[in-house]
Amino acid sequence: MSPVARTTAGRRGLHPGAWWLWAACMAAAASRTTNPILLLLIGAVAVYVVAARRTAAPWSRSLVLFLRLGLFVIVLRVVLVMVFGNRVGGHVLFTLPQVPLPAWAAGVSIGGPVTAEAVIGAAVEGLRLAVVLVCFGAANSLASPYRLLRCLPAVLYEAGVAITVSLAFAPELVMAVGDVREARRLRGRPTRGLSGLRGTAVPVLERALDRSLQLAASMDARGYGRRVAVGRGIRRWAGATTAGGILLLLAGIYGVLAAGSLPWGGIPFVAVGAVLLGAGLATSGRRTNRTRYRADVWRTPEWLVTASGGVALATMVIAGILGVPGLEFSAYPLAAPTLPLLATVGVLVGLVPAWVAPVERTSRRVPAPAAAAADPSTARPDVGTDAGPDTVATALVSARIEGTVP
Amino acid sequence: MIRFDGVTFTYDGAAAPTLDRIDVHVGEGELCVVVGPTGSGKTTLLRAVNGLVPHFTGGRLSGEVLVDGRSTREFAPRELADVVGMVGQNPAASFVTDTVEDELAYTMENLGLAPDVMRRRVEDALDLLGLHDLRDRPLATLSGGQQQRVAIGAVLTASPRVLVLDEPTSALDPAAAEEVLASLTRLVHDLGLTVLLAEHRLERVLPFADSVVLVPGGGSPLVVGGAAEVMTQSPVAPPLVDLGRLVGWSPLPLSVRDARRRAGPLRVNLRGSTPPAAPPADPTAPVAARLRRVTVAYDGVPALDAVDFEVRTGEVVAVMGRNGSGKSTLLGQLAGVRPPTSGSVDVGGADPARLAPRALVARVGLVPQDAGILLYGESVAAECLAADRDTGLASGTTHAVLERVLPGLAPDRHPRDLSEGQRLALALSVVLAPAPPLLLLDEPTRGLDYPGKARLVLLLAELAAAGHAVVMATHDVELVAQVATRAVVLAEGEVVADGPARDVVCHSPVFAPQVAKVLAPEPWLTVDEVRGALEVEAVRG
Repeated sequence: MSPVARTTAGRRGLHPGAWWLWAACMAAAASRTTNPILLLLIGAVAVYVVAARRTAAPWSRSLVLFLRLGLFVIVLRVVLVMVFGNRVGGHVLFTLPQVPLPAWAAGVSIGGPVTAEAVIGAAVEGLRLAVVLVCFGAANSLASPYRLLRCLPAVLYEAGVAITVSLAFAPELVMAVGDVREARRLRGRPTRGLSGLRGTAVPVLERALDRSLQLAASMDARGYGRRVAVGRGIRRWAGATTAGGILLLLAGIYGVLAAGSLPWGGIPFVAVGAVLLGAGLATSGRRTNRTRYRADVWRTPEWLVTASGGVALATMVIAGILGVPGLEFSAYPLAAPTLPLLATVGVLVGLVPAWVAPVERTSRRVPAPAAAAADPSTARPDVGTDAGPDTVATALVSARIEGTVP
Repeated sequence: MIRFDGVTFTYDGAAAPTLDRIDVHVGEGELCVVVGPTGSGKTTLLRAVNGLVPHFTGGRLSGEVLVDGRSTREFAPRELADVVGMVGQNPAASFVTDTVEDELAYTMENLGLAPDVMRRRVEDALDLLGLHDLRDRPLATLSGGQQQRVAIGAVLTASPRVLVLDEPTSALDPAAAEEVLASLTRLVHDLGLTVLLAEHRLERVLPFADSVVLVPGGGSPLVVGGAAEVMTQSPVAPPLVDLGRLVGWSPLPLSVRDARRRAGPLRVNLRGSTPPAAPPADPTAPVAARLRRVTVAYDGVPALDAVDFEVRTGEVVAVMGRNGSGKSTLLGQLAGVRPPTSGSVDVGGADPARLAPRALVARVGLVPQDAGILLYGESVAAECLAADRDTGLASGTTHAVLERVLPGLAPDRHPRDLSEGQRLALALSVVLAPAPPLLLLDEPTRGLDYPGKARLVLLLAELAAAGHAVVMATHDVELVAQVATRAVVLAEGEVVADGPARDVVCHSPVFAPQVAKVLAPEPWLTVDEVRGALEVEAVRG
């Protein structure tokens, strides 16, 4: 390890892979329980870690989006159960008008009595999915999608760039919609209703297309997609190992998630698949000679963050194997959830990143006026003065996060 | 370093070639400016340097383009990435990554440079372009000038021999533009870089140019040569050159300093006359719009801070200030784009934010920065008809307005295929058709050449005389000098200066137009004023 890398590591924040592993473990833990208290606890842990360690970057606001999506999932699930749910019996809350269905549709019902059990059961099921979503939202807010991409093997990088670029597109589309609606108003046209929608969609897509053409030209001009010639045999070998690896890996993951469907819980499949995939990717990587600028490093904080997620998942799995009561929530008959001690402690260990993860420097921006004045090279006219409303807002947000603004 | 040998290029489906048998040679270490009217093929010429034309755009290119000995015939743009750095018109649209440092390294990563080399070059680029305070900033939070410098840095790190820039200062305020140009001259002087750039605001770039390529468009042959010599025959010229032509200076001055050293006799000559005083603002004219202590905040940060502002009919008010000082927000308030956080807006007796779209356009018309956003018809004629229908006017009204603004625009052309100036004219006609008493323009001269600008100036003066009130947000000090009766300077969302345009711009080193700088302390603003005064002198003498 060179001294340069050692002194500057951590400055760029935690390895994005560590954040994603931690989040994946938390999400997997959530998928292993239906206890609403445990689920809410996992969600709270994820939100707290984001609040403690997020940066001022635009992507760090994505958690709110995922929280809303989670809420939507719960509501949707409850509504669906109310309308189409099984009529098993229980405490009837109210009765919806029933739609008579032909005989061949037996087993499906529309409307009818809605029971408390059905509604609560559906809400808890929805909550589980929502918490999984929030965990991924947390990873999204904590690690720049682009930096995660930089950790991909060289061969996947180019496909990955295409994906991130298209993801980055969504917020811009939202902005374009705003612009176009404003323009329609200035032309004296309706901005609402069906005709408003149609009149907005075409110009928005046109602008989106324009922008992607500009970006594509820029990427081409900046050397994206330069290739090195390699032999045909190597290319075939790489293709075969990659495809085989992915298949084995998928089978293995299925085995891990659906306990008992594969021998040894599918672990050997995962291992062999991963090795094959790695070999395949490394071979195809020879076709590109990309290098990485300041590759992210993996050291103690990364290990701690990953381990904390691992502990949360492991306690949940162990509790499941031991048959600890309280992991499963029962809606029939309806019973108040209890709190299994082992799993609770495990989930709380997931809070560790809120303290051990280094704070990224983007959240400590804008040199203090005194520092800028002291260093003549930084006392440029533009610093601070040509910051638009956005930059000032970011500065304030980050200052608030660090507690410098009451 | 860059050599075009008999290059002819035709876009697919185009009737006439955009570039016709062109021969250009730009030597190593030269800063070469490409000038010409809008739509004459400047951008095509620039993009041919690294092969984006024709590899990316399609079309047919004959002849040969050689860069550092490599032909774009054999090398695709990506294989020229280490020789040519290309910065497009809109830097924000060219960013691939999300933070400044990663963006600077992106090209080098593609080229496969060693990590320690990349690290060193990124640090160099940060210093060279004055970006070190911004290294960790997300790109989306940068101002226009900062984005432009990052875009330059991002191609510079690959240590290209040639830098190609398309309108690098058009979107920038005067101070930010100077900053970018200073960085460029530094690169030319210290690193021996060859720079080829296209720019409409010649007054900004000509002082730095070694040579000029004039693309007259319309099939006329290119003119290549030293800046002063090409400028004698250029149809587009900055005020300084016009002044030089008027007074008969030879060689023509290209920088304010050149002109000032020669302007002694002219200043003496003009001492006897005073610039034609603008008609004093009529205090009895009805108020067209008024802001009272208006504050607009985004996420709690004020973009406008308790601003009082009013505009009377017959006035042309220029709103000036840095990028992000609240100019567009002020216009947005007058057009009722969003309700103010506090304070009140009154346009002709109503709050524009509460008006229905159709009632709004009868009171106030806003042409936004990107005028094309107002247009979505299939053709110029369809656009005009749609505007008549939207605002309930008699069929043909909009087209009649267009004929006055820009006569002879073919009605079957698609708005997207129009040049920037033509698009602006069309958008302006659409907005003007319902004859709104208040007209708002946001950066109307972005991408406009000098003839286009001259037409705009005439039109605005005509509108003001006909009793319209005009408010325009602009960086273009020459436009302000020519047409504004009043100037308002905003800083950090507050009004810092408000008065007759002549007083405001003459007393500011940043906003003073070229003629004012040359003839200071005499308060002359435009070449036309000087011409008028000299003619009077001649008659008197």
